[in-house]
Amino acid sequence: MAAIYPLTFAALLFSVGVYGVLSRRNAVLVLMSVELMIAAVVVNLVAMNEIVATQMGDPLLTGQAFALFVLGIGAAEVGVGLAIVLLLYRNRANVNVDDAELMKY
Amino acid sequence: MDAAEATQIDWFALAPELAVLATALLVLLVELFLYGQRKRFVNPLAVVGVLVALGLVVALAVDGSDRAAFGEMFVADSYALAFKGLFLSVALFVLLISYRYFAEIRTFQGEYYFLILSAFIGMMLMPSARDFVMLFVALELVSIPGFIMAGLRKFDPRSNEGAMKFLIIGILSASTLLFGLSIVYAFTGTTSLAGTAAALTDVTREPLLLVGTLFVLVGFGFKVSAVPFHFWAPDTYEGAPIPVAAFLSVASKAAGFAGLLQVSFVAFEPLSDAWAPVVAVIAVLTMTLGNVTALAQRNVVRLLAYSSVAHAGYMLVPFALVRPGEAALNSSALSAVLVYLFAYAVMNIGAFAVVTAVARRHPGRHLDDYAGLGQRSPGMAGSLTLFLLSLGGTPPLVGFFAKVAIFAAAVEAGQADQAGGYVLAVAVVVNTVISVSYYLRVAGRMWMSEPTDTAPVQPGYALGFAVGGLAVLTVGLGVLAPLVTHVADQAVIAAGG
Repeated sequence: MAAIYPLTFAALLFSVGVYGVLSRRNAVLVLMSVELMIAAVVVNLVAMNEIVATQMGDPLLTGQAFALFVLGIGAAEVGVGLAIVLLLYRNRANVNVDDAELMKY
Repeated sequence: MDAAEATQIDWFALAPELAVLATALLVLLVELFLYGQRKRFVNPLAVVGVLVALGLVVALAVDGSDRAAFGEMFVADSYALAFKGLFLSVALFVLLISYRYFAEIRTFQGEYYFLILSAFIGMMLMPSARDFVMLFVALELVSIPGFIMAGLRKFDPRSNEGAMKFLIIGILSASTLLFGLSIVYAFTGTTSLAGTAAALTDVTREPLLLVGTLFVLVGFGFKVSAVPFHFWAPDTYEGAPIPVAAFLSVASKAAGFAGLLQVSFVAFEPLSDAWAPVVAVIAVLTMTLGNVTALAQRNVVRLLAYSSVAHAGYMLVPFALVRPGEAALNSSALSAVLVYLFAYAVMNIGAFAVVTAVARRHPGRHLDDYAGLGQRSPGMAGSLTLFLLSLGGTPPLVGFFAKVAIFAAAVEAGQADQAGGYVLAVAVVVNTVISVSYYLRVAGRMWMSEPTDTAPVQPGYALGFAVGGLAVLTVGLGVLAPLVTHVADQAVIAAGG
C-alpha cells in the first residue's frame, strides 16, 4: 500500500478538525471537531503501522497499540470537556465559546 | 525486544509513583467517611503520602543504579530522580498552600487532593518515560486533572471560562502533538526515544518529517505556555483557585519542560539544527511578550501569569542551543534548564503562597490590595519582596544565579561558533531589565503606599510555614548555588531502550 493515500486522508481529516475547532462557536461542535483530529491521528498510526511492519517488521504492533492509548485518552479528554461545557451552560445558559470573554489580555 | 523482556517490572523503580497512587486513592476513600470540618484532615494524609514518596526517591538515589521497567519504557536514572525530587517538594508546598484555602471553601476537598496527586503521578512518570507512548500518557495525566482543577470553583463564571479555554487549547495542542508523533513514527518505525534518535541520524530530511517534529514541539509549547500558545495561561490562572494556579504555573510547567528535555535532547537531537532556530525565535518572543504584557497588569495573579510566561521564554533558550552530536555543549544546556527550573519553582510558589494569604482578606487580588502591606504584615511583604526580587534576578538570590546559568550556556554556545548564542544572551539580559520594573512596582506598592486596610494578613500555620520555608530557600539556595549546580550536573539522561 502506498503511504500517500492514508497520509493525505489523515491530513485532510486533521485540517477539517482544526478548522472546526477554530471556527465553530458552539462548544459541543468544538469538541466534535477535536474528535475528528484524534481520528486523523488514529488513521495515521494504524496505516503507518501496516507500512512499517511490512518494511522493517514490528512484532509489538507499536502503532496500533499507540492508537488504542490515543483513543482511550481522547475519550477521557472529551468527557472532561463535556463536563466543563455543562458547567458553562449552568452558569450562563448557553454554550457559545465566543461569549466567554470575561477576561482579556 | 521480545515479549518476556518487555513485561519485566522492577517494582523498586516504580515505588515513588505507587506510593503517591496509593495515597491518592486513600484520600478519595477517606474523605467519604469524614464530615464537615473534619474533611480538611485529608490534607495531612496527602502530605504524609508525599513525604513517603520523597523518602523512596531518596532511597533510589542512594541506591544509585539505573533501574528500568516495562521494557525500558520507564527508567529511574539520575535525571528522572532529580526531577521527581523537585516535583515531590513542589507537591509538598502546594499541599501546604492548599490546606487553609480549601478548608475554608469546604467543597470538593477529597476530589481536589485526589486530582492533584494524580497530576503529580503524571509528572513523576514524565522524566522517567523513554517512549513516546509513555510520554504522551504522562502528559495527559498531568493535563486532564489540570482541566478539572481549573474549573473547581464551579459557581464562578471566570473559573468556567478559564477551564474551557485551558481545555480547548490543551486538546488542540495534544492532538497536534499526536499528529506529529504519528508522522515521525512513519519515518522511524519505533516509538522509543533512543530508537527514534538512532533512526533519525541518517534519515533523508523530507519536509514532512520536519513538520512532524515541529508539531511535537508545538504540543509541548502549550504545556510550558510558550508564546503563540500562551493565551490560556493568564485567564486560567485568574479563574482557578490560587493553589491550582501555583500548581499550573510551576509543577505543570516543569513537567512540560521535563518532557521537552527528553524529546529535544534525546529523540530529536539529530535534527536539532533544523528545529533549534525555530525554538530560538519562540524563546525570544515568549520572554519579550510575557514581560511587556505583564507591565500593564493590575491583577496580581495575571501579573504573575505573564511573568511565568516570560520565565518559560528564558527556560526555552537552552533548547535553542542544542546541536547534533555536540555532547558537551548540549549537556551544559540541559543542566542550565534544570538549575532554572529548581530556582523558578522555589520563588514562584513562594509568590503564589503570599498571594493566597492576602487573598483570604482581599479575594479580588487587585494590585491595590497590596498597598502598604509592609506596615500591615512585614513578614508577608518582606517574603513577597524577596520572591519578586529573585524572579527579577537580583543577586545574591537564587533567581540571579539561575539567570546566570542560562546566560552562561548561551555565551558558551556563542563562543562555540553559534552567533545566535550571543543574540539570545542579549535578549535574556534586556528582558531581565524590563521585568525588574514590574516586580519593583509591586514591591513599591507594598512599602511606599499608605495601607487602605490596617488589619494584618493572617496566613495560618501551614501557609506561614510554606512562605517562611520558601523565603529561606530563596536566600539559602542563592548562597549555596554550587549545590544546585552539582545536582543538575549529576543528572544525565540514561537513554534506555
